[in-house]
Amino acid sequence: MTQETVLRDEINLTKEEKEVVFKTLNREPTIPEAAMLEVMNSEHCSYKSSRPVLPKLPTEGPRVICGPGEDAGVVDIGDGLALVFKLESHNHPSALDPFNGAATGIGGIIRDILCMGARPIGLLDSFRLGDLSNPHTKWLLKWVTKGVGDYGNCVGISNAGGDIEFDPSFQINCLINVGCFGVMRKDDLALSRATTPGDKLILLGGSTGRDGIGGASFASKNITEDSESDRGAVQIGDPYMKKLIIEATLEAIKAGVVEGLKDLGAAGVTCSISETADAGGTGTEIQLEKIRIREDDMEPWEILVSESQERMFFVVKPDNVKKISKIFDKYELPYEILGEVTDTGKCVVKYRDQTIVDLPAHLLTKPPAADRKATYPKYLNKLNQKWLPKEPKDNELNDICRKIMASDNMISREWVYRQYDTEVGLHSVVKSGQADAGVFRLSEFGTKKGIAVTFDGNSNQCYLDPYNGGAGIMMEACSNVAAVGAEPIAMTDCLNFGNPEHPQVFWTFEKVVEGLADAAKALGVPCVGGNVSFYNHDEVRDVAVKPSPVIFVAGLLDDVEKAVNNSFKSPEEFIILIGDTNTEIGGSEYTKVIHSSDDGQVPKVDFANAKNVLKKVVKAVNEGLVTSSHDISKGGLFVALTEMAMAGNLGFKVGLKRIPADTQRRDIKLFSETHGRFLMTAKQEDMDKLISIFAEDEIPASYIGSVTKEKKLIIENDENQVIVELSLEDIKHVWDTRMEEEMEGKK
Amino acid sequence: MPMRVIVVQFSGSTCDRDLVYAMKDVMGWEVDLVWYKDAQKHLESYDAIFLPGGFTYGDHLRAGIIAAYTPVMDKVKELAKEGFPVFGICNGFQILVESGLLPGALIGNDTLRFSCKWTNLRVETTRSAATNIAKKGDIWKVPIAHGEGRYFLDEKGLKELNENDQVVWRYVSDDGKITAEGNPNGSIESIAGICNLEGNVVGLMPHPERAAESILSPWGSDHGKLYFQSLENYFRRG
Repeated sequence: MTQETVLRDEINLTKEEKEVVFKTLNREPTIPEAAMLEVMNSEHCSYKSSRPVLPKLPTEGPRVICGPGEDAGVVDIGDGLALVFKLESHNHPSALDPFNGAATGIGGIIRDILCMGARPIGLLDSFRLGDLSNPHTKWLLKWVTKGVGDYGNCVGISNAGGDIEFDPSFQINCLINVGCFGVMRKDDLALSRATTPGDKLILLGGSTGRDGIGGASFASKNITEDSESDRGAVQIGDPYMKKLIIEATLEAIKAGVVEGLKDLGAAGVTCSISETADAGGTGTEIQLEKIRIREDDMEPWEILVSESQERMFFVVKPDNVKKISKIFDKYELPYEILGEVTDTGKCVVKYRDQTIVDLPAHLLTKPPAADRKATYPKYLNKLNQKWLPKEPKDNELNDICRKIMASDNMISREWVYRQYDTEVGLHSVVKSGQADAGVFRLSEFGTKKGIAVTFDGNSNQCYLDPYNGGAGIMMEACSNVAAVGAEPIAMTDCLNFGNPEHPQVFWTFEKVVEGLADAAKALGVPCVGGNVSFYNHDEVRDVAVKPSPVIFVAGLLDDVEKAVNNSFKSPEEFIILIGDTNTEIGGSEYTKVIHSSDDGQVPKVDFANAKNVLKKVVKAVNEGLVTSSHDISKGGLFVALTEMAMAGNLGFKVGLKRIPADTQRRDIKLFSETHGRFLMTAKQEDMDKLISIFAEDEIPASYIGSVTKEKKLIIENDENQVIVELSLEDIKHVWDTRMEEEMEGKK
Repeated sequence: MPMRVIVVQFSGSTCDRDLVYAMKDVMGWEVDLVWYKDAQKHLESYDAIFLPGGFTYGDHLRAGIIAAYTPVMDKVKELAKEGFPVFGICNGFQILVESGLLPGALIGNDTLRFSCKWTNLRVETTRSAATNIAKKGDIWKVPIAHGEGRYFLDEKGLKELNENDQVVWRYVSDDGKITAEGNPNGSIESIAGICNLEGNVVGLMPHPERAAESILSPWGSDHGKLYFQSLENYFRRG
C-alpha cells in the first residue's frame, strides 16, 4: 500500500490498543485504517470499560434466542413468534441538539429491531433532565419530546410508554434513552453475518455525509480545524425514508432474499463490513467510490466512519440481487452493490484502484478491554442510612400529600405522551398513563397473547446505594409488567454513568450491575442485550450524572384480554395491599421533596420471595379476581392510591392500622418505597379467593379500605380518625396541569 | 357478497395496514392494499376507494399535497366526480382536500403540537355514506393523531357547507356540546369531518379504524364500527 500512514504517536489509541494494532499489522496503519481502528476502539463501539463487568448479568433462559452481542435481544414467545427488543442511549447528541438527537435516537433503535428481521411495533422513551422549572430543562424537554414524537409518528410506530426523572445532576448532561420492540415469525430471524464468500454486499438508503463524524485525532492531517468546527457531529434523521426502508427490508426478508442484515449506526460502514465478516468467519471487500456521498470532497476515512442515518447493509446471494433490486426500486430507494464477501478474514477497501484498507476483521471487532479501577466513593461516607425525619404532625399531612403529588417527579406526563401516536398499529390495549406497563396485543400475528413493556429507573436510589438501587429498578420494572398481568420474561439495560476512568464512578457502575444481576437472577429474568453510555460528566460544574441505569423489561400475557389497568372501577370495591411495608425511605420522593435529604435506608429487594410475589400477582390478575392493579413505587402507598383514584375518577378511604409494617409511623406507611408491594381492587365476592392465592405462600394480602363514590382521598389513623382528607378534583387539577403550565404558560 | 374495497398505499402511508385490519378482520370485507403506482388501473372494479392515514412524502411542503399530485389521484378525482365512493381518513382527508375533492384546508393545530387523544364526535348528518345508520346527534368516541388537523374554511364556504348539510361530524364535549375543551385542534366550528355535495366523498380527521374494537378503546366502545357498517348499508341499499 502506498498510502499515507499514521505514526504510532499520532493515533488516538491507548498504549495497550496500539500494542495490539502494531503487533498484528506489523506496519503503520493508513489514514482510513487508523480512523476505523479509533472508532471501533471507542468506548461506544468497543464497550472496553464495561465488558469485564457485564458478564455478571445472567443471559440464559429457555426463551432466549439471541442474547447480548446481536443488535437486539430476541426471545421466544411461543406460537412460532419471537419478541425483539432493545434500549439505547442518545445522550450526548440530545444535549447539544435535542430535536435531532432524540429523533435519530428513535431512528437508530428502530433499525436495531428491523435488522433482526422484525416489524417494529412499539417505542418507549426515558428522559433524565434538570429541575422542571429551569428554562434550559424546558427547552430540552420541549425539543426531545418533539424529536421522539415527530420521528415515531411519521414512521407509524406507536409509543408504548416511558419515564421521566428530573434532578439537578442532569442539568447539562441530559440522558435520553429510547427503546423499541418488534415481533416476528421465528423463521424470519435475520443475523448480522456474512457466511458465504461470493455473496454481494448492498448498501440501501440515504447518502453518506459528514454527519456523525467526530473525534478522529489526526483529522488535522487532511482537514483543517475550521472545516470541522462548522458542522455538527449530530446526525439528521429522515423518518419518511425510514418508513420506506422498513417496508422494503421486511418485504425482502419475506421474499427470502436476505442472507445477512446489519444496520448502520455507530461507526457506519466500518462496523457493517467488519462485524458481518467476523461473525460469519469470512472477509469483506468493498469499492469505496460506489458509496453515494453528499459532499464531493469527502475523504475516504470520513466515508468509512460516517454515521449518516437511514442506511441498511444487506448480504445477498448473487442470484437474488435482481429480486432484491426490484423491491428497493418499488419504494424508490437508492442502493449500491459495494462489493462481496471473501474468505480472507479481512476487511479490504479499495478506492480509485488502490487498496486503502486491509485489516483483519477481528482487529476491528475485538479490541482489548480496558482495566478500570474502582474505589468506594467518598460521598457515600457522608450518608446516614439510619436517619429518619421527625414525624410530621397529623395536621401537616394534607399539605405533605399535596406537595408530593405536585412535585416534578410525580406530576402527570400527559403533556409529553399526547404528542406521541399511541394508537397506530392497533396494538395498544393498555396505553400510556393507564397502568405501570403498556400492553400490546398481537392479533396481527395470529395469537391471543399480549406483550407488556416498561422502562424503569431510579437515579436517586442508585446514587445513594448503587447495589440496592440497581436491584430495586429490576424489581420495580418486573413488578410493572406483573401488575398488568404479564409474566416478566426478559430485560435489556442502558447503563448511563459518568467518566469510567474515575474510580469512584466506576465503583458505582460495578455495584449497580451487581445489583441488577442479583435481582435478575432472583427473578429468573435474563438480560438479552444492553447499551452503556459513559462520560456523562458535566465539565462546567465538574460533576457526573447520578448513576442512571434504565431498564426495559418485557412481559408476556397468555391472553391479552386478561390485562388490567390501574384505575378504580366502581365504588364499594375493596382495596387490597400486597406485601409488607418497611422503614425504607432513602432516596424516596418523600425524603427528597419534603425533607430535602439524601439520608435514610434505600429499599432492599427481598430476593428470597421476589419471584413468588410476582407470580402470585400475575395469577390473581389472570384469574380475573382483580378489577385494577398497581405497583407501589415512587411516592409510596399514598401516590399509588391517588393515581388509581384519579384514573377512575373515584375516591378512597383507607385505614393505616390495617397496613402491615415494621413501624407505626404514619408518614412511613404512606410514603415508604418498599419493593414488592401492590395495590389491587376486588369485588366483595372475589375477596376470599384473592386473599387465599397470596396466603398459600404466606404473602401478606391485607384489606386496607374501599373505593368510594365520594371524590375524596381519605386516610384514617389507628384510632380511625381522619388524618388526610383531600378533594380528588383539587389534587387531580394540580397533578394534571402543572407540566402543561410549566411548558405552555398558565392559561 | 361481501364489500370489496381498495386501500391505496402511498409512499409514507402508515395507517394503511390498520385500515385493512379493521375492514378485513373486523368487518369481514374483501380488501386489497395496493401500492399507489399499481392502483390506477383497477380502481373501478371495487365498491369504494380508501385513502389511509399517515405521513405521505413525510408531510413535506404541506400534509397531503404531494400525494394529491400523484397520477393515481387523477383517476380518483375522475371517479369521484362520477359519484364513485371515496373515503379519506386523517392524511387521506388531507389528500382529498389538497386534491380539491373536498372544500377547505387542514392547517396546523392551534396548540402547535401533534396531538393523539380520544375525542367525542357528534354525528351531524346521516346522509353521508359513512353515517347513514347512525342517528343525528349520536356521539362516537374516536381518537385523533395529527399535527395538521385544524379544519379551516372561509365564511362563504362555511355557509354553503352548513346549508348543504355537508358537515358530517363535529368535535364535542363528553356531554355532546360544542366547547373549546371538546375541540382538540381549533377546527373552525369544531368540524372533524365533511362530505362533498353528493355525499360520495367523505373526509374525517379522527381514525374510525382505531375505534372499531372494544379492546382498543379506553371506554370499551366500538363506535368506529358504525362508520364501516354505514358503508355496508349504503351499498346494500344501492
